[in-house]
Amino acid sequence: MSTATASTLSHGTATSLPPARKPRPVAEFLSTYVFSKDHKVIGLQFLFSTLLWFLIGGLLALAVRWQIAWPWSDVPVLGKLFAQQGGQMAPEFYTMLFTMHATVMIFLVIIPILAGAFGNFLIPLMIGADDMAFPTLNMLSYWFMWPAFLLFGASFFVEGGAASSGWTSYPPLSTNVNSAPGSGWGQTLWLLGLTMVGVSSMLGSVNYMTTIILMRAPGMTMFRLPMTIWAMFITAVLQAFALPVLTAAGFMQLTDRMIGTGFFTPEGNVVNNSLASTGGGQPLLWQHLFWFYSHPAVYIMILPAMGMVSDILTTFARKPLFGYRPMVYSIAGIAGLGFIVWGHHMFMSGMNPALGITFMVSTMMIALPSAVKTFNWLGTVWGGRIQFTTSMLFALSFVSMFIIGGLSGIFMAATPVDIFIHDTYFIVAHFHYVLFAGTAMGVWAAIYFWFPKMFGRTMNEFWGKVHFFLTFIFLNGTFFTMHILGAVGFPRRLADAYHYETFHHLQPLNAFMTYCAIGMVASQIIFAANFFWSMFFGPIAGRNPWNSNTLEWSAPSPPGHGNFDFQPVVYRGPYEYSVPGVEKGHLMQTDPPNALATAAAAAH
Amino acid sequence: MGSRLGGIFWSLIFLAVPVLGVATFAIAPSYNIWLPKNVSEHGSSIDGLFYFILALTGVVFIATEGLLFWFIWKYDAAKAKGPATYIHGSHTLEVVWTIIPAATLLFLAIYQMNTWADVKMRRPAMAPTVEVVARQFEWRLRYPGRDGMLGTRDDLFLTNDLHLPVDEDILIQLKSMDVLHSFFLPNFRIKQDAVPGMKIPVWFKAKETGQFDIVCAELCGWGHYKMKGRVTIESRADFDRWLEETYARQEATQPAPEDTVAAAAD
Ligand code: HEM
Ligand SMILES: [Cu+2]
Ligand SMILES: [Cu+2]
Repeated sequence: MSTATASTLSHGTATSLPPARKPRPVAEFLSTYVFSKDHKVIGLQFLFSTLLWFLIGGLLALAVRWQIAWPWSDVPVLGKLFAQQGGQMAPEFYTMLFTMHATVMIFLVIIPILAGAFGNFLIPLMIGADDMAFPTLNMLSYWFMWPAFLLFGASFFVEGGAASSGWTSYPPLSTNVNSAPGSGWGQTLWLLGLTMVGVSSMLGSVNYMTTIILMRAPGMTMFRLPMTIWAMFITAVLQAFALPVLTAAGFMQLTDRMIGTGFFTPEGNVVNNSLASTGGGQPLLWQHLFWFYSHPAVYIMILPAMGMVSDILTTFARKPLFGYRPMVYSIAGIAGLGFIVWGHHMFMSGMNPALGITFMVSTMMIALPSAVKTFNWLGTVWGGRIQFTTSMLFALSFVSMFIIGGLSGIFMAATPVDIFIHDTYFIVAHFHYVLFAGTAMGVWAAIYFWFPKMFGRTMNEFWGKVHFFLTFIFLNGTFFTMHILGAVGFPRRLADAYHYETFHHLQPLNAFMTYCAIGMVASQIIFAANFFWSMFFGPIAGRNPWNSNTLEWSAPSPPGHGNFDFQPVVYRGPYEYSVPGVEKGHLMQTDPPNALATAAAAAH
Repeated sequence: MGSRLGGIFWSLIFLAVPVLGVATFAIAPSYNIWLPKNVSEHGSSIDGLFYFILALTGVVFIATEGLLFWFIWKYDAAKAKGPATYIHGSHTLEVVWTIIPAATLLFLAIYQMNTWADVKMRRPAMAPTVEVVARQFEWRLRYPGRDGMLGTRDDLFLTNDLHLPVDEDILIQLKSMDVLHSFFLPNFRIKQDAVPGMKIPVWFKAKETGQFDIVCAELCGWGHYKMKGRVTIESRADFDRWLEETYARQEATQPAPEDTVAAAAD
């Protein structure tokens, strides 16, 4: 089968410099590993940074869950860390925790891990290019994340603590420094950090678009691109169009705070007994601008995972993707419709209810391409020959879980029902099913899948499956129950809701969910151990350990500088699995056409 | 990895999703973890819509998750004979599974409009029963008093203790002094953000007497969790008596707060 022919680089280095150059150790180390312009190194830099923030975000989530399960009881470990009144949580601390949990997960984990880590690593490899179109911009896109890391990180330690007006940062709570402790410096740093993430994303997306349009290998037509690349491409377009709006809105909020421009402050606004110095603004304006970006952003946070899952499913079902073109069109449809549904976050906001109806209709319609994708994934698995690798299990669970997240979306899209469930745990269930049970599971599928390409070694399958099993069980224990909590109307973002008659009996259920959440985070220790152990001691992978078809699998593992040790030429689409009459069972995109006849076409 | 046992085990894990999912929803009501009792007139059509969507999505959920399980079970490489089916898609299927959901979703969109219009667009033509002004972290209430007009001398001021008559149209004028809040009455299926600078009408009709929660559902700062009120629904007679008594008490303890009246007047 796959024999690792030219794979001489077996270690965790993704680059090999041309041997001709004179070695200058320090400068060389810096340019290879730190300020590298190699897309693979940059991808891995993104991967390691975001995984670290994933850990931080996870711990913040546990602190949030602790308070919901056992309000005002001493928080173990974390409580001591922040030296809060002997370990007990103050309510403003709680608001900061969920704000920063969401901020970290969205802006420092999911967005950069998809586009930054996988987009960077995979795009040139999968289209047969030697690197990105603009390597320097690419390097900058990573290094602009660092100011963001530092700004968000530092905000925990400023007076009043980090931002605490939710990841949605609604004014006047976020713009008026008198309204909450975290609305002081914490909020300013938050806005600056967000801007930096935006700069990074923008640099990335310009690069991805250009690279995908201009640098495809000979024969790689648009409709021979793997779904991963289509998804990355459309995500980049979404970023490029939506992001400027968020950046502008962020600056407006900054100037509201710093110099009193009052874009979002209404006349006569009295907060905490002090009258605002300016007025004439509109709090709803922020919500429109914010969601004009942030609704497309939820697709930025899932489309790449959808693409990667499509590729993984076909590989391990040994079957062509069912409905390649419909899959491409539905991604494009999601992206297009994604720009006209933002108002579904504002049904209760005081926005004109007639406008609500138009947003309701467009939101109902956006469930359609999601449904089409799901059916095509089912069609892909149907009639396949499923290999239960860890990666496949995560990919299958993506499909299974996305169904739940998509269906709960319909409840909330129905405006009358949303009256009741808006801002309750039903919404929290919805977005954790799409973002954690969907995207995060898709990311794990991708890590197990492309790990061999990144490090030349495969991860341990047994522990991978243990990791999958525990994560899958605990995530459903944590998040599925949120639906019924939401059915009671249990509101999100309350430090303690048990003093309400309606909610007083829900503590045991919440405690159960917190136990599951602890289990879920703890299970990631297995993942981390497997990841680092396999980097150095895992079995050598060879070029194409999964007998997959796309271009990256014809390059060495890991690929050297410039990626390919031959000029890749593409002869067909990416999903030729179980082709009748072909002895090795599948045709790589690079396999020359005569391989059809001479089945025993050599190694790769 | 290639053993049939593994395939069986993993298929069953995926089967557990619809089984336990449905079970959760089936069992929850018996633990009272379900829609709280509805006491508003429009609430039953919201609940009806909820159940309708639950049934619809429930069927889709069971069907798709069931198929996924079945395919995983049946097409395990360790079990199924021969190579996978070499097929790139089906035009007919694509058309079918685009048109059916599209029609269903469109139907759902149209079907619900009337309820939405009832709750949020067809405001009863009447003067406000009460004005609710949200503020960190309390609900300030102002009744128009005997003259039925807000902003006059005989206005009645209260916090967090809302009383309303049963079986009558009620119109609330919702405002906020400082930041966003959300006026959430779980038992009435009412939720509306309070926005500084806006006067937003909220209306409903209570079908039953009793005491119910007022919850703040939009993050408004550190004390958001404790921004709690109570609404008491009572007969017209009881309501009128309560108004009189409370007004008398207000007169006795504090003279009409002129500055507040002036500040809050429109
Ligand atoms: C089937 C398609 C979907 C529909 C119909 C849908 C509908 C909605 C609606 C109506 C809301 C607002 C609910 C409310 O606040 O009352 C919402 C919230 C949300 N959705 Fe979706 N959604 C869909 C798919 C997705 C996907 C794929 C993602 C992410 C990958 C996503 C992420 C979110 C997030 C993060 C929120 C909550 C934001 C917040 O308030 O903090 N949704 N969705
Ligand atoms: Cu949205
Ligand atoms: Cu509040």
